[in-house]
Amino acid sequence: MSEAPLYSAAGDTEAVLAAPGLRVSRTRPLARFAFRGDPAAAGKAGAAFGASLPMTPLAANRVSARAALWLGPDEWLLLAADETAAAIAVGMATALADAPHALVDVSERNVALLVEGEGAERLLNTQVFLDLDPAAFPVGMATRTLFAKAEIILWRLGDEAFAVECWRSFAPYIEGLLVEGARGL
Amino acid sequence: MLLIQCPYCAVERPELEFRYGGEAHIARPESPSELTDEQWADFLYMRSNPKGVMAERWRHVHGCGRFFNALRDTVSDRFLAVYKAGEPRPDIEAPEPTAPNKETGR
Ligand SMILES: [Zn+2]
Repeated sequence: MSEAPLYSAAGDTEAVLAAPGLRVSRTRPLARFAFRGDPAAAGKAGAAFGASLPMTPLAANRVSARAALWLGPDEWLLLAADETAAAIAVGMATALADAPHALVDVSERNVALLVEGEGAERLLNTQVFLDLDPAAFPVGMATRTLFAKAEIILWRLGDEAFAVECWRSFAPYIEGLLVEGARGL
Repeated sequence: MLLIQCPYCAVERPELEFRYGGEAHIARPESPSELTDEQWADFLYMRSNPKGVMAERWRHVHGCGRFFNALRDTVSDRFLAVYKAGEPRPDIEAPEPTAPNKETGR
């Protein structure tokens, strides 16, 4: 992984939770797209986007300030921190002109939380029912799943760092449960 | 909680991520208008409901979003196989005998 930032914390005043060995932060806005298409369209989309769309289940491909996350056999989440969604969409629409696909701007729909620290796994496991041991959920793995009753996309950025992508209106619910869960760790 | 293997994600996931989709391999009639009411009712409502191995649809709705098919033993509630939509039903019989599940007593 490159060190160029994709997610960046929105600032200290925006921290949801800051405790020894545990930190949950809101992040700055990103350009986000839901991409649907067959492998041929996905190939063209990756070339135009600058980060190829992974064909391996649960994989994420990050290139500098852009990333493509596998969500399903014909579905990906695209993230970019270095350009507006409108500008990216124009470039991709040109490259994909003759390939059936759907490219939907979901920049305003999603927000992301960063969950970091040695307690990140345990905190997430208060509401995420997946095995988050690095052997089962290694760095770079991304998946749609449930956080309590809210659907999220969970992406492991590092040994002790996760991104939680969720719909904007679910963020207060997730933040509340994370704060609540941290009290019980 | 059941752990269900998704054939698209190629991992086991908790039951909560899935939705049940009813009996599998029920083809919609090619020409519905040519069917009698009885034949149409049979297509809509009548299911095999076996005691034993059942082929059923599941959707990984909170994961990859795909529909797939599974063979489940309705006696033990054990999944015997999962396979992608469009693939033929695997030729698997219920393990004999269908003894009660030691862990759940069912
Ligand atoms: Zn799946």
